[in-house]
Amino acid sequence: MTASSSLPKYPTGGAGGVKPPAANASRSFIARNPSVLIFLLALAAFTIIVTIASEAYGVGFISTSFVKTLGKTLCLCLVALAMDLIWGYAGILSLGHMAFFALGGYMIGMWLMYARTEEIVVAALAQGGLPATPEEVTQGIATQIFGVVGSSDLPVIWSFAHSLPLQLILALAVPGLLALIFGWLAFRSRVTGVYLSILTQAMTLALALYLFQNDSGLRGNNGLSGLQNLPGLGDTSQDLVSVWFFWASALALGVGYLVLASVVSGKFGSVIRAIRDDEARVRFLGYPVEGYKLFLFTLTAIIAAIAGALYYPQAGIINPAELAPIASIYLAVWVAIGGRGRLYGAVIGAALVSLVSSWFTSGQVPSIPLGFATIHWVDWWLVLLGAAFVGVTLFAPKGIGGLFDRFQGIATPDRKGAALGPDDGSLQEREAQE
Amino acid sequence: MTALLEVSGLSVSFDGFRAINNLSFSIGPAELRAIIGPNGAGKTTFMDIVTGKTRPDTGSVTFGERSISLLGMNEARIAREGIGRKFQRPTVFEDQTVTDNLILALKAPRSPWRVLGWRPKAPDMARVQALAEEVGLGDHLARKSGELSHGQKQWLEIAMLLAQEPKLLLVDEPAAGMTPAEREQTTTLLVSLAKTRAVVVVEHDMDFVRRLNCRVTVLHEGSVLAEGSLDHVTQNAQVINVYLGRG
Repeated sequence: MTASSSLPKYPTGGAGGVKPPAANASRSFIARNPSVLIFLLALAAFTIIVTIASEAYGVGFISTSFVKTLGKTLCLCLVALAMDLIWGYAGILSLGHMAFFALGGYMIGMWLMYARTEEIVVAALAQGGLPATPEEVTQGIATQIFGVVGSSDLPVIWSFAHSLPLQLILALAVPGLLALIFGWLAFRSRVTGVYLSILTQAMTLALALYLFQNDSGLRGNNGLSGLQNLPGLGDTSQDLVSVWFFWASALALGVGYLVLASVVSGKFGSVIRAIRDDEARVRFLGYPVEGYKLFLFTLTAIIAAIAGALYYPQAGIINPAELAPIASIYLAVWVAIGGRGRLYGAVIGAALVSLVSSWFTSGQVPSIPLGFATIHWVDWWLVLLGAAFVGVTLFAPKGIGGLFDRFQGIATPDRKGAALGPDDGSLQEREAQE
Repeated sequence: MTALLEVSGLSVSFDGFRAINNLSFSIGPAELRAIIGPNGAGKTTFMDIVTGKTRPDTGSVTFGERSISLLGMNEARIAREGIGRKFQRPTVFEDQTVTDNLILALKAPRSPWRVLGWRPKAPDMARVQALAEEVGLGDHLARKSGELSHGQKQWLEIAMLLAQEPKLLLVDEPAAGMTPAEREQTTTLLVSLAKTRAVVVVEHDMDFVRRLNCRVTVLHEGSVLAEGSLDHVTQNAQVINVYLGRG
């Protein structure tokens, strides 16, 4: 850059003044992202409180079923983090991530169901006096699991179901590969925006319809059940198991948050936000935009699969309805209500909306008699959720997370329509803080 | 002097309309070149082809010392080879700080894996500071680029182009919407940049081209009509007929 010295100087204007420090790069990761530390401490405190209040390890203030609900909520928070990364940060509105979540659940469910059935079959055959041959055991397992769909053969896709390590690998590999292939096809054709959203909806719908078939090898609309019973731990009470899964979910959420926070805080985060705002410009800077999208799509699919693999053993049952297109739309609604483009926003949105949703749909909320009609919240909750979504989109595009900006005094100047970026719902980070 | 960019026999049509018609053109490694021509002469299409946005029907485009073909490469790959493009409208990432914008543009590995592990080191930050001072944004590093004035954004984009360290710079109508003082600065900048790299300026404004004082290529209906100094081409009868005569 020999030419630099001879370049014309832009008139600086003003009195040069004190130069800001050249970089804040030297400050530690935590110092630059205090929200990470706050989040991890809050999560740890929450975990301890729930443990103390649980029936297994504490005073029994929280019922086992509610511990499971909380554990499942943490898994939903994790998949919401993945959604926030791909939508809030990179601007790719995927409406198919719950398919990866459910696939992770199916993969782990196969092992749980197989190993559990194996125990039962072996015990039953042992009653007969003669030791059972492996063939008899396999046949017994196949009849037990697939009798309900009128089959007595173990499908090929269950070949690894006897092995936990192999099935754990599949729980990551199957959703990851699906995302890789789908993403490669979609992104190399430069499908963007609403067209990509529709494609992802089609993907999850097609997968759900396939799984609904009895010969899909995953028990059709019966799905997999009894997943809450851990093989080899038949005598262990669900009180204990529920807390263990709660811990595992909390750990996964904590690690996931930390990893994603470090991903989005560096140059990678800068690149993907740039892709969100002007992807053609990023291309002319030399970044392989399609490669970044594919990377993100696959990474978030794997995170969703991990969340699903932890969720369904707590739910106890998985069926193809879990892959319905609406499930992925809910995911987007949680992230929008919580606040896009900030990780804690996604967690808050997922936790709040899914907990409130399970409260409303549990039938505990008193109905409101209006004379001419009665509002039963089980039915009307969706209307309320829809109204909340529309309200947030119109009046508070930053979501609940936007409240934290108020507390911190980060003002968003009214630009009279001239947004800082094209996506004014996303966090306009620290603007006008000085 | 071997050519840095060599375009030959290039043709492209859109729905039967020949935007570029058997165009041949070359530019050396440290040269300033202005491309002029009436609307629809194929100036922007030419830039689109070189940067990979449009695929030509026939012809070849080769670049660099090893004369590699740019056809079949995508935009990002071509940018990494060393071709920078300045758009007419300033395009910076408004939601990010001046520092972030410059770091994005800094010459560094571009693949997702490499970027994940990339952390700014002292030389990188010194370079960002130097670039920002170069264009008068030294005091605005921590500000969001969306808050900058139109002119400051224009200069930030130029600093980003410099950070990329391109071998060839394509500049689309730099004088559009500029005050006379800004034009003066831009001229000086382009002339000084062309000492170390090739700069191609596409421009409508004759006065601006005259100030650049460089070789001029006149495009008309997708092919080269004349080439040479501005005085030379403005005396060309054909040029006067198709272009200058109208104005």
